[in-house]
Amino acid sequence: MRNLLDRELQQLNGEILRMGGLVEESVEQTIIALRELDANLAQSVIAKDDLIDSMESRIEKHCLNLFALQQPLAGDLRLIGASLKMLTDLERIADHASDIAELSLRLVGSPAGTVPADVFVMADKTRKMLRSSLDAFIHQDLEAARQVCDDDDEVDDLFNSLILDRVNAIKADPRKVEVSIDIMFIVKYLERMGDHATNIAEWVTYNVTGQHGHMQHPEQHPERDRLIGEPD
Amino acid sequence: MQTGSDRKVKIAVRGLDLFYGDFQALKSIDMDVAANKVTALIGPSGCGKSTFLKTLNRMNDLVENVRITGSVQLDGEEIYKDVDVVDLRKRVGMVFQKPNPFPMSIYENVAYGPKIHGIRKKADLDEIVEHSLRAAALWDEVCDRLHKSALGISGGQQQRLCIARTLATEPEVLLMDEPTSALDPISTLKIEDLCESLKQDYTILIVTHNMQQAGRISDKTAFFLLGDLVEFGSTEQIFNKPKEMKTERYITGRFG
Repeated sequence: MRNLLDRELQQLNGEILRMGGLVEESVEQTIIALRELDANLAQSVIAKDDLIDSMESRIEKHCLNLFALQQPLAGDLRLIGASLKMLTDLERIADHASDIAELSLRLVGSPAGTVPADVFVMADKTRKMLRSSLDAFIHQDLEAARQVCDDDDEVDDLFNSLILDRVNAIKADPRKVEVSIDIMFIVKYLERMGDHATNIAEWVTYNVTGQHGHMQHPEQHPERDRLIGEPD
Repeated sequence: MQTGSDRKVKIAVRGLDLFYGDFQALKSIDMDVAANKVTALIGPSGCGKSTFLKTLNRMNDLVENVRITGSVQLDGEEIYKDVDVVDLRKRVGMVFQKPNPFPMSIYENVAYGPKIHGIRKKADLDEIVEHSLRAAALWDEVCDRLHKSALGISGGQQQRLCIARTLATEPEVLLMDEPTSALDPISTLKIEDLCESLKQDYTILIVTHNMQQAGRISDKTAFFLLGDLVEFGSTEQIFNKPKEMKTERYITGRFG
């Protein structure tokens, strides 16, 4: 029973994973383009962003059609709802991969060592977070999803120390201000990618438990409660 | 125990068993029906949900070979011991699947119950008829033809007339057994809106096969299967993340 819906859900799953694969590829390539300052590779990451955007629109439409035509409930509802939200996070990650590729183009021709080694440590952690969040989705693995959320703290720490490092670099040598600002943006985009991977992991948690990752252990927050009402 | 937890309990059911001869149609049901809420009863055909509904105003008493044990309390009174059946059915009204107006005028349909319960003065009856028809969201559509036959109005209007007829005896609880399954979508939405407004004054239980309807109008949902109350919880919880796999399979249409 509900063969049609089951087929549609399988198809949706496949579409999300295909898009996830492309986004992962973009992230990998943008990191290589930054490391090698490879203009061609950076251009191809930028070009791929349009493809990912159109995939997002197509899958989004698929989700909305499933709501309208199949009236999903319970597990089906959570899967489609979570997919719709994850989709936005995947698309944003691809946007930031493309943003980093554009900054790489500006850095082409800079001397070796212009981009601090820790940026690549951070990039690698972010890439792994994306991979793990997609794995958590494939296997509906709560533990893996929780690990992604924990890894985000490390990425945030690297972000803070790299920003401080750039501020000091600018203070030490004001001629480096432009390059340092480009690097700050790169670091900020990486940090945002980590946040979006965390969001994906939280939607996996929601899909499995019915509770969004955020709401699992809601912290005391009187101002939030006043604005949006008490948590359920 | 599947009793849920609500501030004011209108009907408390404990260990309710019902047998038709040797066949057990309800198995040790425990449920607290919250006052001034809409409780939806869902489940496949033959699961016991309509049987359960009918035990709440003792409609099953009329069935041959029926045996009922356990406790059903309405405001703390045992309805199978302490309460007179006629009085019980006045307090616990029922609306059926197919509209079943009496073959008389719209006015007489609504006035019938109050007359039986001894109200004779025309002014009083007029007031009850208008009040009941307004509460059933039908007054504006029929006020200029109150003395025409009730059989001449549409199915949706007839069903609202049956609700008005039930309201005329001032019940506390409304039992609805698939009240919209014979109605078009507009009439269905009118009845659903009605449930929302009526729950301020009444406690409503509704049997429905339409999952979306249960989601739209009920505060709590009970899932029955093969005579068991499998799961009972807030409608939001049941339709987002049911606790029981059987509930999940039924509401997502993967049952059987």
